[in-house]
Amino acid sequence: MTASATSAEIVRVAGVEHRYGAPGKDGRLVLEGVDLTLREGEVVGLLGRSGSGKSTLLRAIAGLIRPDAGSIDFVPAADGTAPSVAMVFQTFALFPWLTVLQNVELGLEAQAVPPAERRTRALAAIDLIGLDGFESAYPKELSGGMRQRVGLARALVVDPALLLMDEPFSALDVLTAETLRTDLLDLWFEGRMPIRSMLLVTHNIEEAVLMCDRILVFASNPGRIAAEIPVPLSHPRDRLDPAFRRLVDAIYARMTDRAPDAAAHPKGAAMPLPRVSTNSLAGLIEAAAAAPFDGRAPLAVLADQRLLEIDDLFPVAETLTMLRLAELRGGELILTEDAHAYAAADVDARKAMFGRALIAHVPLAAHIRHILDERGGQPARADRFRDELEDHMSPAFAAETLRTVTQWGRYAEIFAYHEDRDVFSLEDAV
Amino acid sequence: MIVWNAWSPGAGARRDGTLASDIAVFVLLAAVAVLIARGAEGMAEPLARLRQVPVTLDPANLPGYALRTTLRMFAALAASLVFTFAAAALAAKSRRAEMLIIPTLDILQSVPILGFLTFTVTFFMGLFPGRQMGVELAAIFAIFTSQAWNMAFSFYQSLRTVPEDLREVSASFGLSPWRRFVRLELPFATPALVWNTMMSMSGGWFFVVASEAISVGETRVLLPGIGSYLALAIDVGDFASVGWAVAAMAGVILAYDQLVFRPVVAWADRFRFEQTAAQTRPRSWVYDLFRRTRLFALLLAPLRKLGARPPRRSRKHGQAHRSAPARRRGSLRVWRVVILVAVIAGGWSVASYLSARLGWSDVRNVLGFGVLTMARVVALIAAASLIWVPVGVWIGLRPRWAERLQPAAQFLAAFPANVLFPFVVIAILRWRLDPDIWLSPLMVLGTQWYILFNVIAGASAIPNDLREVARLNGLTGLRWWRRLGLPAIFPYYVTGALTASGGSWNASIVAEAVSWGRDRVEAAGLGAYIARATAAGDMARVTLGIAVMSIFVIAFNRLLWRPLYGYAERRLRLA
Repeated sequence: MTASATSAEIVRVAGVEHRYGAPGKDGRLVLEGVDLTLREGEVVGLLGRSGSGKSTLLRAIAGLIRPDAGSIDFVPAADGTAPSVAMVFQTFALFPWLTVLQNVELGLEAQAVPPAERRTRALAAIDLIGLDGFESAYPKELSGGMRQRVGLARALVVDPALLLMDEPFSALDVLTAETLRTDLLDLWFEGRMPIRSMLLVTHNIEEAVLMCDRILVFASNPGRIAAEIPVPLSHPRDRLDPAFRRLVDAIYARMTDRAPDAAAHPKGAAMPLPRVSTNSLAGLIEAAAAAPFDGRAPLAVLADQRLLEIDDLFPVAETLTMLRLAELRGGELILTEDAHAYAAADVDARKAMFGRALIAHVPLAAHIRHILDERGGQPARADRFRDELEDHMSPAFAAETLRTVTQWGRYAEIFAYHEDRDVFSLEDAV
Repeated sequence: MIVWNAWSPGAGARRDGTLASDIAVFVLLAAVAVLIARGAEGMAEPLARLRQVPVTLDPANLPGYALRTTLRMFAALAASLVFTFAAAALAAKSRRAEMLIIPTLDILQSVPILGFLTFTVTFFMGLFPGRQMGVELAAIFAIFTSQAWNMAFSFYQSLRTVPEDLREVSASFGLSPWRRFVRLELPFATPALVWNTMMSMSGGWFFVVASEAISVGETRVLLPGIGSYLALAIDVGDFASVGWAVAAMAGVILAYDQLVFRPVVAWADRFRFEQTAAQTRPRSWVYDLFRRTRLFALLLAPLRKLGARPPRRSRKHGQAHRSAPARRRGSLRVWRVVILVAVIAGGWSVASYLSARLGWSDVRNVLGFGVLTMARVVALIAAASLIWVPVGVWIGLRPRWAERLQPAAQFLAAFPANVLFPFVVIAILRWRLDPDIWLSPLMVLGTQWYILFNVIAGASAIPNDLREVARLNGLTGLRWWRRLGLPAIFPYYVTGALTASGGSWNASIVAEAVSWGRDRVEAAGLGAYIARATAAGDMARVTLGIAVMSIFVIAFNRLLWRPLYGYAERRLRLA
């Protein structure tokens, strides 16, 4: 059921742009110049880090938000009806006070389907998705996997042409998620679902390669499509197949070889810092320094071994490159000399090395330390730094950046922070 | 299987005992219908009949009085619910309405409830000249004002916190506004609303006495009811009758708790927004009885139809949900100016009304009285805290006690403290005590329970691992309180103390001027000032007193409780 370029189009997305925050003001640009065409019979994955706007795009297609610019057109089918969509949520989004049956009937209710037909169609969807026997159960009585089956049945019962899925398996444990993926693919290939195309948002590279015919890789700040990767593998796909592994590795390389975010922010101290704990940094250095990697670790293997998703792994790896403790090349994390020394050092030496790296490569940390040194031990209000950051980024980003630099600075003991008075000081620093 | 949703013609017949349940429920419902009709008959009668058949202290009349009072309270409750749905839904949907409604509710919450009576009695009596209906409505309105505001607030809060993903599901299926309300917003808000309704009902009792025995200036009306009966008993100083009134109140409270609130709480449990099943669920024998009947399902069928009504127009996907925000902001600014102008005009008219009748010395007087009452409130909340915090923590740490004492405490909270007033008056007269001091405790009699409730809740929420760490480290005595007990209960305590202090301000109007038979005892304070002005029908002084009291309460909330609350949220919340 692979789509060719000649298959009928279902939806055309052209030049979509969207900002968060009040329009007119400089809200953060979450989507820029997004073009995308979905065709009959294809499964397309939107792959990217959290905050790259892929969920926003999905919601725009679902009609939940209206993008600031660009167009989203549904191509009428041969009989002239516009294709409909339904959505599956990461959080399942079930109504806790409705039974499984009532949850599934919800969408039909809105379409004013007569009760008898509603019941028949809902029972059919429940049967299809493997939920029979649970019709009268309430969501809180179900396991996570069963709940997401309800979410799927509720989406399918309205006969959508296009099924939108927002990280549908990421709230499930590994085994359950795999079962659901396989079941969904089986239904898809057996043609037992009414849907004509699926659009899947994910940050799990293997999931994208396993399920999709085509993967659109999203880049962040602003969210845009950085690459389109066709998946030519035949179904059923085998995760251990060398061709599968090669493709996964290639996507890792593609996603890390982009111009590093640091280059996109030439603003020095106003560079946003991701929320990465010093423990994760140390953990990744230790993992990459140990055998069998000895300082050269393919990200795909690291992720697989430690059950990390790209949202856990990429920010940590990129922070290491920012601190010049590692390089990312061809999907591999390559530790620098400093990182090897760090891995071998004891706690105090590690703190000292981390502190030196902070002062040298994180302008905001250097800036705070510099101000404190200038004031000769007088504490400095955190507000001033917050204000400086907010000149360049949204308050939420500023708060997160300040939280991150505080945590790093405390660990490195280059400055201290007092929550009660909201000030930085040198007091506890060495 | 749950009656509300999954009824089908054959479903009930298969179960045992349905016929017996059917009969029981039928009798119950018929009795309720008859009682409502009997009670409502009286309301339509002319006012003059109250003079022919005045309220008497014959205990045989009490069941009838109790019925009238109960009907009044439920009528007020119904009005409060309607108000809640309208005001809160409007505020949650429209930015413009929100700017007006929310601050208004905030202030109305702080305005002494009895103050409304003065203004509304005249109005409602004018609506139905010579009929009891006017006075009835005034009484119902007074009870309404003690219930509606916090219910509306609770509902508004719930509407604002409906989970985003469920909103998106509703939007993506194109649910109509009505269906979204029935399917999503109302169920989500139900548990909090039910809880607040119960609290409101308890609060309403306190004012039943004042609202049934209306005396504003020249107007003196005793509506048949428990409140009037109690007021009369206090007037003539008849202890036995006070006892009868107390017994009747206890009976009514017990009855509606068992017949109405318990079933509703048991039913509302399913709407609690949680993804895991709770260990213990609220139970109610009435609810179980109703669940077992076919009759109930039959009665509810039309209601369900209403919920399943086909939408007038079904929205296709992809329709946008927001109007152009830029233009909207411009019109919001205009709206803000309109409100500002209205506020200035209103303030001007009140000021000119007052300045024509009162001088600066009045203002100074009232402010002085306000400070006196404030000193009382502060001292009493402190005293109540010293007593109830240790007791509450002791109970909260022992789940078995908490379970057993909870219903008792709820009953005490629902009980109107006014019935104890006569004893205090007698004591004050007997031992020649200073009323400025000894009348004060009456202000917290009814409100201290909020502190106890919340502290119990806080103490029972202390995680077991923290208690174990404390025990392992030998944390005892004062150190235990400083390091674990107080910080853990603090957020809960602030909530309770905030409610208690607001309630105490309100109660001061009743509690600072108390009488027993011919004896009248008064304390110097803002409450007594308002009570005196009300009795004299002096509208200007009532207005001034109420305005000043509202300002005191609002300032108290903004300057003391809100910051404390913010601190507790930030630092002490056990996440």
